[in-house]
Amino acid sequence: MKVTLHIWRQSRQSTKGDFAQDGRMVRYELDHVSADMSFLEMLDVLNEQLIHKGEEPVAFDHDCREGICGSCGVVIDGVPHGPERGTTTCQLHMRSFKDGAEIWVEPWRAAAFPVVRDLVVDRSSFDRVVQKGAFISVGTGAPQDANAIPVPKHDADRAFDAATCIGCGACVAACKNASAMLFVGAKVSHFMHLPQGRVEREQRARDLVAAMDREGFGNCTNQYECEAACPKEIPVRVIAEMNREFVRAKAVEEPASDKGTGGHG
Amino acid sequence: MKLDAKIPSGPIQDKWDTRRFDLKLVNPANKRKYKVLVVGSGLAGASAAASLAELGYQVECFCFQDSPRRAHSIAAQGGINAAKNYRNDGDSVWRLFYDTVKGGDFRAREANVYRLAQLSVNIIDQAVAQGVPFAREYGGLLDNRSFGGAQVSRTFYARGQTGQQLLLGAYASLSRQIGLGAVKMFPRTEMLDVVLVDGHAKGIVVRDLVTGEVRSHAGDAVVLATGGYGNVFYLSTNAKGCNVTATWRAHKRGAGFANPCYTQIHPTCIPVSGDHQSKLTLMSESLRNDGRVWVPKAAGDKRQPSEIPDDERDYYLERKYPSFGNLAPRDIASRAAMQVCDEGRGIGETGLGVFLDFRDSIKRLGKDAIAARYGNLFHMYAKITAEDPYSRPMRIFPAVHYTMGGLWVDYDLQSTIPGLFVLGEANFSDHGANRLGASALMQGLADGYFVIPYTVGGYLAGQKAGSVGSDRPEFASTVAGVQEMTRKLLSIQGKRTVDDFHKALGKIMWGKCGMARNEAGLQQALQEIPVLREEFWRDVRVLGSNESLNQSLEKAGRVADFLEFGELMCRDALERRESCGGHFREEWQDEGEARRDDENFCHAAVWEYQGEGKAPVRHEEPLAFENVHLAVRSYK
Amino acid sequence: MNWLIDFWRSSIGGKVIMAITGLLLFGFVVAHLLGNLQLLSGPDKINAYAKMLHDLGPLLWVMRIGLLVVFVLHVATGIRLARANKAARPVAYAKEATIQASFASRSMVLSGLSLLVFVVYHLLHFTLGVTNPGHSALKAAGAGGHDVYAMVTASFSVPAIAIAYMAFQAVLFLHLSHGVQSLAQTLGLNHRRYSPMVRTLAYLLAAAIAGGNAFLPFAVLSGIVKVAS
Repeated sequence: MKVTLHIWRQSRQSTKGDFAQDGRMVRYELDHVSADMSFLEMLDVLNEQLIHKGEEPVAFDHDCREGICGSCGVVIDGVPHGPERGTTTCQLHMRSFKDGAEIWVEPWRAAAFPVVRDLVVDRSSFDRVVQKGAFISVGTGAPQDANAIPVPKHDADRAFDAATCIGCGACVAACKNASAMLFVGAKVSHFMHLPQGRVEREQRARDLVAAMDREGFGNCTNQYECEAACPKEIPVRVIAEMNREFVRAKAVEEPASDKGTGGHG
Repeated sequence: MKLDAKIPSGPIQDKWDTRRFDLKLVNPANKRKYKVLVVGSGLAGASAAASLAELGYQVECFCFQDSPRRAHSIAAQGGINAAKNYRNDGDSVWRLFYDTVKGGDFRAREANVYRLAQLSVNIIDQAVAQGVPFAREYGGLLDNRSFGGAQVSRTFYARGQTGQQLLLGAYASLSRQIGLGAVKMFPRTEMLDVVLVDGHAKGIVVRDLVTGEVRSHAGDAVVLATGGYGNVFYLSTNAKGCNVTATWRAHKRGAGFANPCYTQIHPTCIPVSGDHQSKLTLMSESLRNDGRVWVPKAAGDKRQPSEIPDDERDYYLERKYPSFGNLAPRDIASRAAMQVCDEGRGIGETGLGVFLDFRDSIKRLGKDAIAARYGNLFHMYAKITAEDPYSRPMRIFPAVHYTMGGLWVDYDLQSTIPGLFVLGEANFSDHGANRLGASALMQGLADGYFVIPYTVGGYLAGQKAGSVGSDRPEFASTVAGVQEMTRKLLSIQGKRTVDDFHKALGKIMWGKCGMARNEAGLQQALQEIPVLREEFWRDVRVLGSNESLNQSLEKAGRVADFLEFGELMCRDALERRESCGGHFREEWQDEGEARRDDENFCHAAVWEYQGEGKAPVRHEEPLAFENVHLAVRSYK
Repeated sequence: MNWLIDFWRSSIGGKVIMAITGLLLFGFVVAHLLGNLQLLSGPDKINAYAKMLHDLGPLLWVMRIGLLVVFVLHVATGIRLARANKAARPVAYAKEATIQASFASRSMVLSGLSLLVFVVYHLLHFTLGVTNPGHSALKAAGAGGHDVYAMVTASFSVPAIAIAYMAFQAVLFLHLSHGVQSLAQTLGLNHRRYSPMVRTLAYLLAAAIAGGNAFLPFAVLSGIVKVAS
């Protein structure tokens, strides 16, 4: 099959003042595309041709190419990861497109995800949010036996549904407001359903929301584009859960004490 | 090259305790004066970085991905073994140890494997405490499944995403330490050399993949957790970025490389669909719990699978290995698949495939039960092939998956370069010539959480903290060497692309050093690889500059190393004149079954680099089997 | 007070303020409709209702100020969030697409601002008597100054005014249909069984309110409700 591609090319990194830099949509024609190719393999073919022509290849993030590492992700015809539901870009195949299709390929677009080059964006904002509380504060050592903490299957499944997040950023890219609520909600939801995670639930909810807000993501307006774009189909339930956790955590928050919390003898 | 494995004396079950007691400790107040550089952020790297930081060391951690969470450990599907014996089915540390040594075809170091089995238990506890959502039963307790090469159910799993969940657990611990300022994280940063000062590893040279800046980092010890080299075959189940660069360049600085020819070919991957194929996708081995592997009895039978009646099907694993059946270990299952394809009984258009059929399990357990166990894997299969595995058997074929070889390490996981520690798939230690399923996650985490925090301390206790700064001349010269290589790659401006060379190398490796190897083929590969390498350095085309993100340049450096490493791999395969585990030499077989030569090859082969254009020297670390007695490995 | 401002400034806090003020405004709209529907029962009923409200005296002012605070908070928070949302995507997609977001949800800012314009007009018209002084003069002329019936029917007998009021009800429908289901999600109510019901309920309530409101000018225009002589 044959396709016409419109791809965002940007050679310089985005800055706060100039996000788009020299970025523009560039048109490419590509012939002899096999329907069995993945979308990224199609881009590989394009890149090989570009190199032969002496043009710099299109930069795009990718690694595992089996839908789990979360590296890849481009917006295809306005939809993150393209037209198939529950699918990462690397798992999208050209059989999802018609012969002769015109395809628009753009990077995730969000202030919190500056473009590094072409289709590659910087998602370190996600990491910084996680560093502020998406964990259980347990060090390496000798915790109790794993089966000493029974977790009802239903709770374990709910935690798992949230924990499947691959951190690709499609939720932010899909959201009309570039909000990261689905991502952060998934972290809150994962831990709130586990007994181990409930110990520091209030602190976690407050810290994660504050960290998210600092990164310049937008706000949730409950349109659920994130859920529809999520390759792991994480439900917006996690956002409702985070809202609840946050309000509760704010309500029970006590003013900081000046007595200190140290307990060392 | 001196190979002292430093195995503690005494009974095997006490060795690790003995070692831990013998290791010197670093005073808590002094720990913060030492800096440890951890390269790689997969299971081994992330767990090591987090654990070392928790102890109080300054840690710097590096990964080439945009986030530490994306390391390829994330793609492990099936599960993680632990000798918990929650199923009351006769499991024990001793049995896991035995299974792993036997599964590795008696080519692993006993003491390391025993320690791995001991620590397996702690890993599960640690992961659960971190909130890793393992599969559970309705009573709220952890579920187990069985896996290839074992007759007990000891595999813990999280749907088909066990690696992801364990890595996210380690990443969460690492993130916590980053947030606390105890770990400095450098994503999109690739290690390109080790800096040796007075023979000790005291730093690394890295390239910032975004700005192109090449710089050095000084530390008191260096930990490599950079994964395996399966991508030397171009097509493998590894992530596209996986490479041998870190370990290869450490090797060129003096670290012995052990058993490079030990590669694992995984039996259940989705067959290749065309020339455009960029990687292979694994279907978890756990599928063999409920799927039955078969091909038509008659060669050239091209009927639809549903039209082939049972008595015209050959369930060859069940036939050949009645006690393990479809759960035969990976090397054996892969070879059996290759054999039936060689007999012309392979399925699909290319004839390179066998069926993995769930018909009987769906009949027995219902579609829902199968979907609950493997839903995401079935979904993935359907996505890639556009076929519905519920109604039509999966087509599978073996593919390169894991590399048991790696940098040689002693019992403390220290390489032949003092101060350079190697963890996880990057080292050679625990899996011998074949790795059992659900053991890679176990090893990576055991190394990172529970071994390295002690053994690095033991090394550091004998070192003066911060004794070496990056102002030493060794740093500048190593940086200059890396810059020179980058400049050279960009200046060639030839005609062939990096991928083109990589594919050509992959073809040689798969054809002559793949599932089956023989003297003539290996000799030929040893002729072809240097020619290809020479052509690479003459005719590769890398566009763009060094000053910004340049993915072609990144790839070029990695492929350049593969072109050198591939040769060593073939050499190792040639010199190991026996068949064992994943290394199958056609000259040494008994009707398709590997024939080991314990008389001459009961050792790890460790290669010492001698400089460009010079043949490397082969050393041997003899392997003693005092607890599991050498026997013909049988799964019949 | 700092913690309260912090809460308002946080993304979720802002949303919760939108939800709670939205819920209160929704309550007001319901009450407003129920009161006004008495128009259908003739002048005595609605005029007595107006007098009753008026006689609340200071309490009425408390209610008015409360309503105003809620309203201002809703509008101000909405504008703050909308501006932040715009800033969160500095470069727009060359090819825009929507997967599942409803038209109503995508036009909340626009429908909200339209409603703001409408409310201002509505107050100028009926409460302050600025736009059509003649209409409010009718109210003042009634017994005890409460002939709301005469004012309303006279207004809605002007086709342009009636049609404008009806048109704005379509906007109100749009705003409420998303707003009501959205506030449930924001307040943390999401359940596989109940959420679809909430969604349906939101559409029904929005339709009932907008329909009820629109019926009044329609009734006057079509002669179902007679203009006061």
